Amino acid sequence: MAKISLIVNGNPVNANVDPRTLLVQFLRENLRLTGTHVGCDTSQCGACVVHLDGKAVKSCTTLAVMADGHEVRTIEGLAADGAPLHPMQEAFREHHGLQCGFCTPGMIMTAVDIVHRKGHELSDHTIREELEGNLCRCTGYQNIVESIAAGAKAMANSDLA
Amino acid sequence: MYEFKYHRPATVRQAANLLIKNEDAKVIAGGHTLLPVMKQRLASPPHLVDLSHIEGLDGIEMKGRSLVIGATATHHAVATSPIVGEAIPALAELAGLIGDPAVRHKGTIGGSLANNDPTADYPAACLALGATIVTNKRRLKPEEFFQGLFTTSLESDEIITKVMFPLPKKAAYVKFRNQASRYALVGVFVAKRPADVRVAVTGAGSEGVFRIASFEDALKKRFSPKALDGLTVPAEGLNSDLHGSAEYRAHLIAVLARRAVEAATAKA
Repeated sequence: MAKISLIVNGNPVNANVDPRTLLVQFLRENLRLTGTHVGCDTSQCGACVVHLDGKAVKSCTTLAVMADGHEVRTIEGLAADGAPLHPMQEAFREHHGLQCGFCTPGMIMTAVDIVHRKGHELSDHTIREELEGNLCRCTGYQNIVESIAAGAKAMANSDLA
Repeated sequence: MYEFKYHRPATVRQAANLLIKNEDAKVIAGGHTLLPVMKQRLASPPHLVDLSHIEGLDGIEMKGRSLVIGATATHHAVATSPIVGEAIPALAELAGLIGDPAVRHKGTIGGSLANNDPTADYPAACLALGATIVTNKRRLKPEEFFQGLFTTSLESDEIITKVMFPLPKKAAYVKFRNQASRYALVGVFVAKRPADVRVAVTGAGSEGVFRIASFEDALKKRFSPKALDGLTVPAEGLNSDLHGSAEYRAHLIAVLARRAVEAATAKA
């Protein structure tokens, strides 16, 4: 077992984990943060995307021990419980950016990462290129692209990053 | 995934000692090749030595006429580095074409080279630019380093520390992606260097990355897409699979080489 200490959604977490525990397993099974999903488990679909030190990563291809000493943000960390949704979440709701919802946490975490890197004015082309590592089997992406463009703009006028 | 012990050395020397002490230990940095293989139980190293916390191993800097990239520099770091963008824009572009944004945030140049996947992008850049691969023990030319499919001349306790790229006069990388995996079905890196021209191909060779002497000779005489008119690559020795036949790959190499020369010329 390995001792790890990290920050998850702003809260310090200490745990003993088997080194082979994936970050996504640790988040879901140890911390019960089940918003992060396991889709393909082969780093292709993006349902497991979380932010590690502010950058989008696939938590199914990251060991929990590798996150020791680092900061993780999951979909649960975007907006406080009971508070209004994060602008990107709100945009997905408003623009019907989801159907079954399985890919949505990963889509939204990726979307927020895109805004951090590329700013608030995103062309459809940029969004589609940047969504390369996130698969959706329902929507055909059209509404996801619209949601992200709107969410990016809305984030400019929000306190939530 | 089978059980393993995890080590997090603070220096390259500590990492090398861990590799000497623990037989069959594997080095990990971004983990984007090794972890998927371990999940499939195709690899079961009893020890993992994580390089990602070794300070100074991910630096990017100019040293004289060479661009020096640390082994744990991520694809994202290389793709967005103003230093790389200024020195060898083709290399920044190449890094930006690897995987997807989340993969680029984790995957490293050292990991890509040490794995020597026959469809990886960096090996083509190293071979075409005539890079020097620096380890904790020695300096290797790409011709010595790449030893065929997923094979390199790295010894069991040897760790890549940095890669030195001499600046080319002109360079470009053109990649034809597999539509599903986004790996290179074929990728061609062309570099016009002070004394010669090099054309390196990834994705196509059954023994991994290789150079095309006939294209290089023609381009040395005249660095223009027209210089390649009438030149072809034999399909013999090229990969043939459900994504494309050897003949198709041979055709792509010729097409992409022309496009790469065009792109390199347009940039200068």
